[in-house]
Amino acid sequence: MIRERYVNLCLLLLLVAVPLWAHFSDEPFTITLMTRVVIYALAAVGLNIALGLGGLVSLGHAIFFGLGGYAMGILAFHAQTYTPISEWPFLLNGTKSMPIIWLVAIVVSAAAGLIVGALSLRTTGVYFIMITLAFAQMFFYFSISWSNYGGEDGLSIYLRNDFPGLNTLDPIQFYSICFALLVVALLFTSLLMHSAFGLALNAARQSVERVETVGLDATRLKLVAFVLSGMLTGLAGALFADLNRFVSPSMFSWQLSGEIMVFVIIGGVGRLFGPVVGAIVFVLLEHWLGGISDYWHVYFGMLLLCIVLFSRGGLIGMICGRKEVNV
Amino acid sequence: MSDAILSTDALTKKFGAITACNDVSINLIPGEVHAIIGPNGAGKSTLIAQICGSLKPTSGTVEFLGQDVTGLSARERSRNGLGRTFQISALVLEDTVLQNAMLGVLGTTGNPWKFFRPILKDKQLRQSAEDCLSQVGLSEYLQKRTAELSHGQRRQLEIGMALTLSPKAFIMDEPMAGLGYEGSMQLTEILRELKKQAPILLVEHDMDAVFSLADRVSVLVNGKVITTGTVDEIRNDRAVREAYLGQDA
Repeated sequence: MIRERYVNLCLLLLLVAVPLWAHFSDEPFTITLMTRVVIYALAAVGLNIALGLGGLVSLGHAIFFGLGGYAMGILAFHAQTYTPISEWPFLLNGTKSMPIIWLVAIVVSAAAGLIVGALSLRTTGVYFIMITLAFAQMFFYFSISWSNYGGEDGLSIYLRNDFPGLNTLDPIQFYSICFALLVVALLFTSLLMHSAFGLALNAARQSVERVETVGLDATRLKLVAFVLSGMLTGLAGALFADLNRFVSPSMFSWQLSGEIMVFVIIGGVGRLFGPVVGAIVFVLLEHWLGGISDYWHVYFGMLLLCIVLFSRGGLIGMICGRKEVNV
Repeated sequence: MSDAILSTDALTKKFGAITACNDVSINLIPGEVHAIIGPNGAGKSTLIAQICGSLKPTSGTVEFLGQDVTGLSARERSRNGLGRTFQISALVLEDTVLQNAMLGVLGTTGNPWKFFRPILKDKQLRQSAEDCLSQVGLSEYLQKRTAELSHGQRRQLEIGMALTLSPKAFIMDEPMAGLGYEGSMQLTEILRELKKQAPILLVEHDMDAVFSLADRVSVLVNGKVITTGTVDEIRNDRAVREAYLGQDA
């Protein structure tokens, strides 16, 4: 078995080397593909906090992905049409600045996470899955009927938003932004796993009774995990919208919630780099299998089935064995 | 009995027509082991659950450290210093023994809302966790995954977890359950030491352990305490023999 940290290091090197190679051999499409990988990975790193650490099987993470997307879409739409978002009680203008958009995406996701989480965490198990799914559907249909922002057709943004000092339309520069954010998110998750909060959350996932007996509030721990999780996925949504320069209700769809969960499961639930592996495998297979057949999902489904059946702990678990206990 | 650390007053729990706990008034005074014995279905677990707060009584009160805690949740009672152990171990199996104990210390004295600092580097927290584990004889197994412990070691850890709360009273639900002769002897010695720190309310089926440890014994039959007394009094009580040990005992 290979030590997990070496595998993680290799994955990081891969995420640096491939785009660099693509940049110098003038393959912008590969860079775009890798950008998708990195953004999906970020969304799944978010879900991994709820699912992997907190044991919360959320089938509603598209809520955050979509909110991040629409945060970008709405702010940029008003900026490009020179219309204010609102004039009362105070004048609120749109913006093309990425950092501000990210901040809005994160704050809005956190608020949604708090409300959805507080209500959903009154249930557990299958009911939790269904209620998060139901919330996501609410957001989905709301976005379809919100005609101000394109309704079903979505919202096109003509130019990618700005980041101080960088040309975001250059694929490698936009990739670098996304990659840097992914690294920060991974670092954050890694710290979280080893922190006091991580210990308590990990215990709450395995035995609520135990956590309550030592005097901790398991529900509150899980709620905070859900909110943090949503914030990261929301950030990924904003980046995804910027990558495509397009937002549509499909970002709220349950298929997307499912895909994010699939990334985590393929890579390994609760493993730091699980979501990264999952996103790489998914995007590459989508690209290759999609080239072979329109019905590539069939083959992909079979592969997913094999991974779930034959490897406990996803691909990372297959390569590195069981998760090490922290000493 | 105003010096009692823990007491129940006319505690009653009804499930429909069944009265699982009927007008139970017992107490726990400093330095003692108070054992609760009774045949299966006597309502021992129901009593424990009400004392610890996981079950709301139909009527009656629970007083802990001079305060009426009947309205408090199990979590709040733990925070006040009620150290509970479970009949079926409730441990964090994927974690190490040390991590389990640190969770306990974290619950009472620590702050779980720290997101960045590695908890295993927290020397103070780690030290208190290790102290508790050495008291229950688990010092050699700090880095062992809890799932890999033997049944007896899990029972020891279960008690170690209660210790991390620096409890004012222990509530132990069959700590000897499933232990062999030697295991239960070993645990008896551990409990003998622990009662110096805080009194123990002990529900136990292992009569050897009960008779060697207990200062007082209460006998519960059909939800009612039929008698309370010293070990010798209980041994010689006719009603107890009939109800509990069988007619011919």
